[in-house]
Amino acid sequence: MKKYLIIFAPLVLLAGCSSSSTWGWYVINPMTPSGWINVKFLISGMWATILISVIAAVISIGLGLIVALPGLAASRGWRVLNRVYVELIRSIPLLPMLFWVFYGLPIIFREMGVNIPIDPFWGAIITLAISDSAFTAEIYRAGIQSIAKGQTEAAQTIGLNYIQTMRYVILPQAIRRILPPLANQFIYIVKMSAFASVIGMQELTRRANELVVTEYRPLEIYSLLILEYLVLVLIISAGVRWLERRMGSDERS
Amino acid sequence: MTQAAIELHNVNKWFDTFHVLKDINLSIQPGEKVVICGPSGSGKSTVVRCINRLEEHQKGTIRVDGVELNDDPQSVAAIRSEVGMVFQQFNLFPHLTVLENLTLGPIKARGLSKDEARAKAMHYLERVHIPEQADKRPAQLSGGQQQRVAIARSLCMEPKVLLFDEPTSALDPEMISEVLDVMVELAQEGMTMVVVTHEMGFARKVADQMVFMDAGEIVEQGSPEAFFGAPRSPRCQKFLSQILQH
Repeated sequence: MKKYLIIFAPLVLLAGCSSSSTWGWYVINPMTPSGWINVKFLISGMWATILISVIAAVISIGLGLIVALPGLAASRGWRVLNRVYVELIRSIPLLPMLFWVFYGLPIIFREMGVNIPIDPFWGAIITLAISDSAFTAEIYRAGIQSIAKGQTEAAQTIGLNYIQTMRYVILPQAIRRILPPLANQFIYIVKMSAFASVIGMQELTRRANELVVTEYRPLEIYSLLILEYLVLVLIISAGVRWLERRMGSDERS
Repeated sequence: MTQAAIELHNVNKWFDTFHVLKDINLSIQPGEKVVICGPSGSGKSTVVRCINRLEEHQKGTIRVDGVELNDDPQSVAAIRSEVGMVFQQFNLFPHLTVLENLTLGPIKARGLSKDEARAKAMHYLERVHIPEQADKRPAQLSGGQQQRVAIARSLCMEPKVLLFDEPTSALDPEMISEVLDVMVELAQEGMTMVVVTHEMGFARKVADQMVFMDAGEIVEQGSPEAFFGAPRSPRCQKFLSQILQH
């Protein structure tokens, strides 16, 4: 617990300066009615951040596996397909990709004659999921490759096909090695979801930006914003470590 | 002559530019036991791995029970369903219990019900003398027990042919005989077996045909009497004198 206190110490120190007239901590002081309204406004962005992150992570975990499998195929064509996807997607910075999806993709849809509107919520989710899938794909690939080749051979010789071999033999073993790094990717998604603010998604960062515009207290408000992300990420970290311990104690071979 | 269980005709294989198998010809009748030996790197493991397509051969033909092995996934599946394999490293599934290791193939690949698969698994566990280990994980068993589970796992698929790729090479000496005993019993029950091994006592006891390989070629081939009694080639003589001198 002590180390968490150390992390929060700088913020407490900053808050301690509130007696000086140059500080304006009153804008986010929950003891005052106006401060409480501001704090509620800021924290209510939490749900959007969590929702975007969780949905994007779930899509990325599925998409990552679909991208990873061709990368493990014997045929060169499949492997090239995997490499092109991974190298292309992970070289695109998140912000340009977000603009491309939010402003560009609807034009492509319109040209194709389908009317699929992309709102900030789904625009952010699609971008985060695709961007992250290149990394989850690499995690899957490494995890699956770490399972000895003999396991696949044994599965083949008892008549299992490719999908059965993955489903019953390889993935159950690989998942123990894959889960901790996948959970780390989830932290990455939570942090990157802040970019959704620039296309108007009302999540944590957007809320903070809007309040800064009206209150003009950037230091205080952004400090609270950082604190919000810190709390989110610390909760996830604790979850990841719990998961790692559980997985570790489960290792039987 | 009845149809051969396994027929290799002028089989050639390269790993990149390395010529691992050179014009391999081998005919194995149903019920026959063939022991393949030779120095390491001679290609003996590669021969058995080609028979169930864990490796692809590039030239020549391999027929199992009359079906030719080629790129057609159907022919590969058909042949694999007839051919069991026991590996040097056992390759049991560590996340499953012994019983689950045995029932996975019958349930998923053969469509047996859980009860049928379980009954079959227990039957074969008894044949390899370890029914009491059914609910343990592979890591809780000794090497010899693991290899016997691996043999039972192959038997659960009821193959016509069983391939053994150095089945006792990864075992401690005191566990070798329990595995060999099971293999001798199988041989006596009439299973067609192709065994890559250096266990010459086992070979003398069960082999109908001995094959000696060196540098990717079959150098000598014949009955155990002729093979052990009067090996013709100098390479085979040297090999035998080296492994039999202790």
